[in-house]
Amino acid sequence: MISVLSASEAAPVLSDGFFLGYTWLLPLASVIAFAFILFFAKKIDKRNAAAYISIAFIGAQFLFASAAVVQWQVRDKVVVVAHEAEGAEGEGEVSSDGEANAEPAEEAALGLGTSARFAVPTAEAEGEAKLRPAVEKSVTWYRNGPIDVEVGTHVDGFTVAMLFVVAFISLCVHVFSREYLRDDSRITHYFASLALFTGAMFWMVQSATTLGLLFGWEVMGLCSFLLIGHWWEDTTNTNAALKAFFTTRTGDIGLLIGIVITFFAAGETFDMAKINEAALTGKMSQWICFVAATCLFAGVVGKSAQFPLHTWLPDAMAGPTPASSLIHAATMVVAGVYLVARLYGVFWMGFSIEVGGMNLGAWVGSITLVMAAALAFVQTDIKKVLAYSTVSQLGYMIMGLAVGGWAGAIFHLFTHAFFKALLFQASGSISHSGSHHSFEMERMGGLRKHMPITFITFTAGYLALCGLPPFAGFWSKDEILTAASANDFKFAFYAGSLGAFMTACYMTRAYTKTFFGENRLHLFHDDHEAHAVAVDVHDSHDTHAVAAHDDHGSHDGPHESNWWITGPLAVLAVMSTIVGLLQWPGWLGLPAYNFEHFIEGNVFEETVLKAFGAPKFDFAIAIPSTLLGIAGMIVGVVYYKVFNHDAGLVKRGGIFGLIHKVLKNKYYLDHLWTGVVVGSIKGPIAKGAYWFNQKGLDGVVNTAGSTAVGAARFVYKYIDQGVVDGAANGLGSTAHGFGNALRRAQNGKVQNYAAVFIGAVGLAALALVLFV
Amino acid sequence: MILNQFLLLAAFLFCVGVYGVIVRKNAVLVLMSIELMINSVNMNFVAFAFYNDNLAGQVFALFAIAVAAAEVGVGLAIVLLIYRNRRSVDLADLSEMKG
Repeated sequence: MISVLSASEAAPVLSDGFFLGYTWLLPLASVIAFAFILFFAKKIDKRNAAAYISIAFIGAQFLFASAAVVQWQVRDKVVVVAHEAEGAEGEGEVSSDGEANAEPAEEAALGLGTSARFAVPTAEAEGEAKLRPAVEKSVTWYRNGPIDVEVGTHVDGFTVAMLFVVAFISLCVHVFSREYLRDDSRITHYFASLALFTGAMFWMVQSATTLGLLFGWEVMGLCSFLLIGHWWEDTTNTNAALKAFFTTRTGDIGLLIGIVITFFAAGETFDMAKINEAALTGKMSQWICFVAATCLFAGVVGKSAQFPLHTWLPDAMAGPTPASSLIHAATMVVAGVYLVARLYGVFWMGFSIEVGGMNLGAWVGSITLVMAAALAFVQTDIKKVLAYSTVSQLGYMIMGLAVGGWAGAIFHLFTHAFFKALLFQASGSISHSGSHHSFEMERMGGLRKHMPITFITFTAGYLALCGLPPFAGFWSKDEILTAASANDFKFAFYAGSLGAFMTACYMTRAYTKTFFGENRLHLFHDDHEAHAVAVDVHDSHDTHAVAAHDDHGSHDGPHESNWWITGPLAVLAVMSTIVGLLQWPGWLGLPAYNFEHFIEGNVFEETVLKAFGAPKFDFAIAIPSTLLGIAGMIVGVVYYKVFNHDAGLVKRGGIFGLIHKVLKNKYYLDHLWTGVVVGSIKGPIAKGAYWFNQKGLDGVVNTAGSTAVGAARFVYKYIDQGVVDGAANGLGSTAHGFGNALRRAQNGKVQNYAAVFIGAVGLAALALVLFV
Repeated sequence: MILNQFLLLAAFLFCVGVYGVIVRKNAVLVLMSIELMINSVNMNFVAFAFYNDNLAGQVFALFAIAVAAAEVGVGLAIVLLIYRNRRSVDLADLSEMKG
């Protein structure tokens, strides 16, 4: 059943454009790819058929997403703002014909009808038509009493940008995986999960309702479980997969509660645009918004790996590197950021972002970004460095959103996707060809000579992450810092600046360790079982990779990977370099803030952006932050390169040693979660009682001497045996007796049962008649 | 029209059904007795529907008949299998469920 809003009055109708109206084809294609690969890829008589099928699908999806970008861009020019929005809202016409969907005219009416409310505020704006109405379509999923539960797509600039970046990164990942997982025994499962994962993300970013979002969110959780645990023969990998699944699930409880709260508070609707509207117009009280935002934020903390639930993300490095690249760059982990950005109205009111000072989101984001950056210093595994860097950058995004830098945070999400995907894939390239399937930086070094393309592309990603102009990270990080500063979030601003410094520093450490100095691989050459040498106990993936890849990895020393790997690297490197220029501040007469204009066109224009204005480029922020980045790099070089390693200072003990130890143990958070929280649930009360019995009571007995022994014996003989055991045995025998008595009723004669049953019903009926 | 007549008839039929279920030893007859009970209930439905001038009861009765048909189909199949296995459909012999 499709409910079509009659929007005939809301003429003139603008065409929605095929690619904007049919974005739901993207997730559909992914699902088809998933099923096809799963069921047929093995039957095709060609090795790695799954990879080619998958690449073909994602390639087509990428073209689709690119076309959507173009259509959204030109939508600017063709918009004619509707004046009569109210007429379009109320009267719903129901057409029961499923195929009505395919009729373009109706769709256009549908899209305009629902989205016209966004256009209303700018109707006075002299037809400047800056605000592009979103393309919306929905069908009724089911009806429950007066509530229509709808499922639909809401496509605006933000969505289109997300679709593009997801398709782009996913395409690179697919191509990369073709080589990286070549001849893997479960290659079909891998590519099928990859396709489904991408599809779930596609679905999530275009979903109009919180329910649809939740659906995509959970499917992604499932796929991340499958991908992280891809090499499940190794227990550490399965544990990492389970950890990722359960940790995010913990946060999801909050998400579910938040969805339910917003559903009722916004007048029984799952529609996110309506929820935002309700929040911003005060239909939801500030208190409700706060509770809802806090609950939703719990989900965000889990999914986007914020403090204190970030612990799953570094462990998730157990998965194949391209999968990590997809999970930690463009998809799963940014889902939380996406949720905050999409339901920004709720967070805006709930966290009182307008007021300034600090709020929950800003605190969590700030803490996360500094804490994770600190952790990255002590990792010996390059993927772990990147993992903590991801956590830190996600902290940036959350903080950016929480300080009112909506566009800046989304821009950071966008740029981060490119350079983090690049860095992950470059590390994968190193492991694949340069370090015998290990991610230990101890086994790298001097790779710039052996792997020039990987080196150059990694450099681009490194500079982008450090935030040096003109690379991508510079523009986006700056925008967040500008927002924090302009909107009077002092602490967040300082945390962000500190984070920028630390990021540059730890990345320099990883960079120099990997690409400069002497190659250290030969030190480990005969030692495939290098776990005794490997510092980090969690480096599970390298053994695995050895097992899985032994047949095709050349073990003659480091060499460059082939073009299946370097191709995506090169493309991503170019993107990491130039994509920041989308937010060019308008110098030299070039168009300014393109990205921002692209993603605007949503309900926040009138409130959020009006309150703060989109932060503009500010030299007073940009120059210090760049200098901080450079300073970080210099410190990194001096400390790690000139003094050669981090062993000297920290191993001497004292305060540095202590800090190192705490960081090494990840602030003991893992111990807190698995040891204390999970452990206490697993029944340490029994264990504790047992321990107390053994150690505590026995100790007392021993030290108290013979009197106490006698007393204990007395207690044993009369109280324990007599009273306690007696009671226990008495209970047991009573139960036994009852059981025996009742057993007779179970005589196996069906008709007796029927008689008892009918008699009981008769008695119940009698009671009903007499007493009710 | 007097509702009582229908209700009394239905109650009588129901009692016959209960008697049959509890007393008869032949599984097929027990199934038939169950049918009697179902139909007495159906009769109540229809009677009340007529009395209250509300079609819902009749619709319900139709559904109940359909469900009863399915149920007796399953029941007879079970009885048939029991007969094949044991050459008897005497319920007194079937006490495997004895606890």
